[in-house]
Amino acid sequence: MAEKAQVRAEAARLLNLFEAQGASVVETPILQPAETLLDLYGEDVRARAYVTSDPLMGEAMLRPDFTVPVVQMHMAQGAEPARYAYAGEVFRKQEEDPHRPPEYFQVGYEVFEREDPAAADAEVFALFHDTLVPEGLRPATGDLGLLMAAVAGLSTTERRKGALMRHLWRPRRFRALLDRFAGRTPQPEGREALLSGDPFAKVDAPFIGLRSKGEVEDRIEALREDFAADPIPAGEVSLLADLLSLRETLSNVCEHLRDIAVDLPSIGPAVERFASRNKALEARGVDISVIDFEGSFGRTSLEYYDGFVFGFSDPTRHTMPPVATGGRYDALTRVLGQGREIPAVGGVIRPELLLDVREGQA
Amino acid sequence: MSVKLGVPSKGRLMEKTFDWFSERGVTLTRTGSDREYAGAVAGIDGVELVLLSAGEIPRELAAGRIHLGVTGSDLVREKLGLWEEKVRALEPMGFGHADLIIAVPKAWVDCTTLDDLDAIAAAFRRHHGFRLRIATKYHRLIRDYLRDNGVADYQLVDSQGATEGTVKNETAEAIADITSTGETLRANHLKILSGGPVHRSQATLFKSRNAAWGKEERDTLAALKARLQLEN
Repeated sequence: MAEKAQVRAEAARLLNLFEAQGASVVETPILQPAETLLDLYGEDVRARAYVTSDPLMGEAMLRPDFTVPVVQMHMAQGAEPARYAYAGEVFRKQEEDPHRPPEYFQVGYEVFEREDPAAADAEVFALFHDTLVPEGLRPATGDLGLLMAAVAGLSTTERRKGALMRHLWRPRRFRALLDRFAGRTPQPEGREALLSGDPFAKVDAPFIGLRSKGEVEDRIEALREDFAADPIPAGEVSLLADLLSLRETLSNVCEHLRDIAVDLPSIGPAVERFASRNKALEARGVDISVIDFEGSFGRTSLEYYDGFVFGFSDPTRHTMPPVATGGRYDALTRVLGQGREIPAVGGVIRPELLLDVREGQA
Repeated sequence: MSVKLGVPSKGRLMEKTFDWFSERGVTLTRTGSDREYAGAVAGIDGVELVLLSAGEIPRELAAGRIHLGVTGSDLVREKLGLWEEKVRALEPMGFGHADLIIAVPKAWVDCTTLDDLDAIAAAFRRHHGFRLRIATKYHRLIRDYLRDNGVADYQLVDSQGATEGTVKNETAEAIADITSTGETLRANHLKILSGGPVHRSQATLFKSRNAAWGKEERDTLAALKARLQLEN
């Protein structure tokens, strides 16, 4: 394992590289107010981040990543378009694996750009590609935008689409919901009786707590609507499965996507965005015929990526986390922008892992 | 060096532990005054009794300051990350049964499963502007369980006691706690979600993997296990 001074030097080298691309170097505080992060990620982040308390700021977190504070900073004061670079430590609890370090460096590059998202995607990817592929790392890519467009195009109720969209990043849950909406799993016991008669007939308990009787009635109404809705057609379910199981090179997958789009026209615009990104990548000199695409890639990371996603890993070391990850997160800027939004894409490299990779090759 | 055996220092858990050992020919007693936490062991040589709060026994086992300890399996799982690397369960002792469960108001007729809880949490967050609160002191166990089951849009709020009252007091919408009979839940107009408990706990004899196990201690443990008729 590399010495901290070496890691710091490598981080500085990468930061210089990013700065040379025209990015402004930014700093963010290590202590972040916990509320924003908790509201975004919920309990999952509490399990991963160090939470502490400050007598004045209340609950605070040791920075678990840079993206959120950098987006907040940009939304508060940034001019457009903007390119930012940063380097520093992030802190993550490693309850499951004591061999992974709880604090490590990240060097990041983020682009906030409205005009040409395909070009911005390609700019970020090409920068990481040109930095990391010569080190022996292998890229993998995905596109959550395709998946979201596919869900939005299913012939079913808005509620069901909303539920699927909400669990896009939780593959097991997504699968279970899809099975239920496709009529493949039975309704929970007692559900039919609840929906047919007076739902409160057998209850002698008072309404306690903040959730009101009206809210329970609203949900019963939603359940009735769901009960009456037709199952999602089997054909659409299998198209979604096709999309999720795609494993192809970037250049080959485009044709497959166009085939799927014939039967699932809702993904058409996302497929065209995919194609123009491929063109933009080629214009940057990236050989898209050797870069992998996986339909499910990016579904298990923290739930803010909503378009193009990528990672770079050492193909000879399967237990090592990815050396670099990144992607597009337009929706995050909407959530943090309080009414404003801007398309954004970026990524981070872990310099310590990069040094480990080099050491392994020596 | 003697083998240090950590046992809950008071209440039914202590009495039941003493009974369990005495039925197997090992007599544990408290010595000195009622208030003094000192104890003696008869029926086997080389074992020293350490009286501790049940909640502290997992930590002491993990630190290796005691060799053996009696505590709830729920507490070991809650308090120790990667617990299996720090302690080994020698024997479930057949008392101190309690289920860790998630409960919601009985009036929530639309909530019987975790699926329901997840859908309700989503609607609750939209409606109230914050995540549905679950009061508990079992943060790790509940968080892992809800994550494995794909429940989102909730938050855990800490409650170290009187947890069943938090819903009525509007400091939480649901609770996660241990229950043995469910009596307190019913009295507070709460019901348990279907699908089985999060964890079925009972008092268990644990062995520390981090304590100093020299030849003498290993011999004493072998003799103790023979006396207690433990196989594993």
